[in-house]
Amino acid sequence: MIDALLNAITPFNLALALFGVIAGTFIGALPGLSATMAVAVLVPFTFTMDPASGLIALGAVYTGAIYGGAYSAILVNTPGTPAAIATSMDGFPMAKRGDGDLAVTLSCLGSVVGGMVGALALLLLAPPLSQVALAFGPVEYFWLAIFGLSLIATLSRGNTVKGLVGGAIGLILSCVGSAVVGGDVRFTFGQTPLLGGIPVIPALIGLYCIPVLIDLVIKKEAHLERRAEAVSGFRFTEAVGLMLRSKFNLFRSAVLGTAVGILPAAGGSVAGLIAYSEAKRTSKKPEEFGHGATDGVIASEAANSATVGGGFIPTLVLGIPGTPPDAIILGALLVQGIRTGPQLFTQQADIVYTFVFGLIIGTLFMLPTGLIIGRYAFRLIVSVPKTVLAPSIALLTVIGSFAIESNTVHVVIMVVLGVFGWLIARVGFEASPIVLGLILGPIAEAGFVQAWLIGGAQGSIPAMFFGRPLSLAIIFMIVLTLASPALVNWRRGRMQEKGATP
Amino acid sequence: MIARRSLIALTALGLAAAVAPAQADYPERPVTYIIPYNPGGESDVTARFQEQHFKGITGQDVVIQYKPGAGGATAWAQLNGFEPDGYTIMNVNFPHAILQPAMKDVGYQTEDVAPAYIFHYTPDAIVVRADSPYQTLQDLIDDATANPGTVTFGGSGTNSANHLAAVRFDQMTGAKTTYIPFKGSAPAMAAVLGGQIKAAMTYTTQGIKAGDQVRVLAVATPERIEAYPDVPTFNELGFDFVGGAYRGVTLPKDAPQEVRQRLSDIIGEINAVPEFRQQLIDNGYVPVDIPTGEIDQWLADRKADYAGGIEQLRASN
Repeated sequence: MIDALLNAITPFNLALALFGVIAGTFIGALPGLSATMAVAVLVPFTFTMDPASGLIALGAVYTGAIYGGAYSAILVNTPGTPAAIATSMDGFPMAKRGDGDLAVTLSCLGSVVGGMVGALALLLLAPPLSQVALAFGPVEYFWLAIFGLSLIATLSRGNTVKGLVGGAIGLILSCVGSAVVGGDVRFTFGQTPLLGGIPVIPALIGLYCIPVLIDLVIKKEAHLERRAEAVSGFRFTEAVGLMLRSKFNLFRSAVLGTAVGILPAAGGSVAGLIAYSEAKRTSKKPEEFGHGATDGVIASEAANSATVGGGFIPTLVLGIPGTPPDAIILGALLVQGIRTGPQLFTQQADIVYTFVFGLIIGTLFMLPTGLIIGRYAFRLIVSVPKTVLAPSIALLTVIGSFAIESNTVHVVIMVVLGVFGWLIARVGFEASPIVLGLILGPIAEAGFVQAWLIGGAQGSIPAMFFGRPLSLAIIFMIVLTLASPALVNWRRGRMQEKGATP
Repeated sequence: MIARRSLIALTALGLAAAVAPAQADYPERPVTYIIPYNPGGESDVTARFQEQHFKGITGQDVVIQYKPGAGGATAWAQLNGFEPDGYTIMNVNFPHAILQPAMKDVGYQTEDVAPAYIFHYTPDAIVVRADSPYQTLQDLIDDATANPGTVTFGGSGTNSANHLAAVRFDQMTGAKTTYIPFKGSAPAMAAVLGGQIKAAMTYTTQGIKAGDQVRVLAVATPERIEAYPDVPTFNELGFDFVGGAYRGVTLPKDAPQEVRQRLSDIIGEINAVPEFRQQLIDNGYVPVDIPTGEIDQWLADRKADYAGGIEQLRASN
């Protein structure tokens, strides 16, 4: 391991990690340019390097991109990557009231801690933890997706019913196209381009960004509040203080992020969401969530960055990619002649450990680079006049939705959903439930049909859905989540009663 | 008058001169290579293998782009909307591109995506977990015959190569299995490793990726493959079953014949590079060489070969 560490800190590898993190942060910050794309673009360049260096570059870009998604989530209310959905829920309200710099610093610190926890889990516990991925069968993915959907109920600012309706809209959108299981073609209205379904990234850009854009044009007020007093720009000590105060939230979110990262198909968006809702559920001031709670930003960012290390666990140990960027990295490994599998950690340990140390170094580099880039990003967004900001964002939305597959249909989908999102925002619907429905719908559907088929083959469908311990645990959490708003009301009512009759 | 005619002639000559070398020198600039799947799968990995040699042979880069959706159908339906100049090429898979239009209206016909070259296939293989009670293929067949429907086969997608293979397996052996479609080969293998399903109807490549966590019961090749010298072929076990997912490179159908031919030659040259071939073989792929001239016959043969399975798929839907 010492050899691997020395290998990882050669000047060339350090430079690669630094470059990777910076490039990744920029790419992640632009909505539409996702971590997957950043990694895919970089892959051909890594073929000329030795395997460990190539992996370090890929890992660093990936880490940076997941973190970069926080900037646009905080400053423009548009998650740069789906992983930052939960970050926008409190990050943007913070920025709106003039605390954008604090939110950016918090997201950076949260990401570094989360990233470290994920990377350490990969370094120390990868083979045993990979078994978690295997324990999850189709039925568990089904329940996990339902759990994610039930979180909408607790997360909606204000109106639970509208949150659930939004989630249902997302689910219907997720049905468009040819079904994974069964291959039926649904809701395409004869339009071949819709065969592949509603793409998540263009939908995300449209639903989040277009309403911001329209408001930017039609409202008089500034995009973000500017503080009257001169601010340092980092608010570093303040952020560290906040982190220390919510150290338990920070640690829990990082562990949750690692665990969710290990599950193939779940990904950063689900991790951020679960950590966020746990932070809200256990918070002493849950009413602040959604209106600029610092704990919300910390939870989301610690969790989504932890998925990077977590996702590499099944990728390297089992050869099963934890996330889409992992799938590309797995392909790059095969081209380099590296065989994944349990033997990788023994036979080609030098490469693996060099890579893991590289990932840790990349994560640490995120601290200075993230703070500095974040500071300028914040200053830029605050000081640029609206006449420049609005067209720039408009251009980015088009580029972002076009770039993924060079597909003009995606731009049309983005604009249509964006205008739709703005219209329903007038009557109190939010983007997050819709996007979550769109992301979780296919996971729930595939899990349900697969579990149904397997249950049928094994002779008992009810036992499949309700007879497995892991499933029961998730079902319990779903019940808890759905009941918690009612529980809170009930408790509040009792307290008031007590207060009334002392 | 003469002057005018000669001017036209000259212009025509000039045009011809401008066009002809452009095709002869194809490719003169980077070529976009579209993968109709998510990154990390067999189509992506083999394209990455090719990428390294494409430049050596043509002097130009390939730029790999992903357009996943509907098991490849989204990209294939778009193929003929691209400029037919040879600078947009696409990966195309069979039997997918035969099955999809045969089963549903997917916005393209098999002939619309006829490849310029078929360069390898991933043989069908039945994979179980290392501690599975099925030591041999016969164990699995016996169980599936004695307890119809209880043996679960996981595979990638519906109406896919894996699905067809599972249906043909039932036809051949008289056993009755339950096919469980997953979103890609990797999740299907995860379900095998986790014991969620009893076996995977997948490719040799997936077995190799999982290493000694799994056992391969049989492979659908004419002869045993290098990566699995101890695993019998279906033929050896008495079943006439050779096949898998064939992957080729295609381009819009209106592309000039010269460009199609040149692309076919380039892919053929890459296939002939010894280290490229070895790379394929090591990872469980079987190189094949079907150039553009033989494609029509090859497609006709495949369609005939799949006809029975397609009937069965239609009946089961």
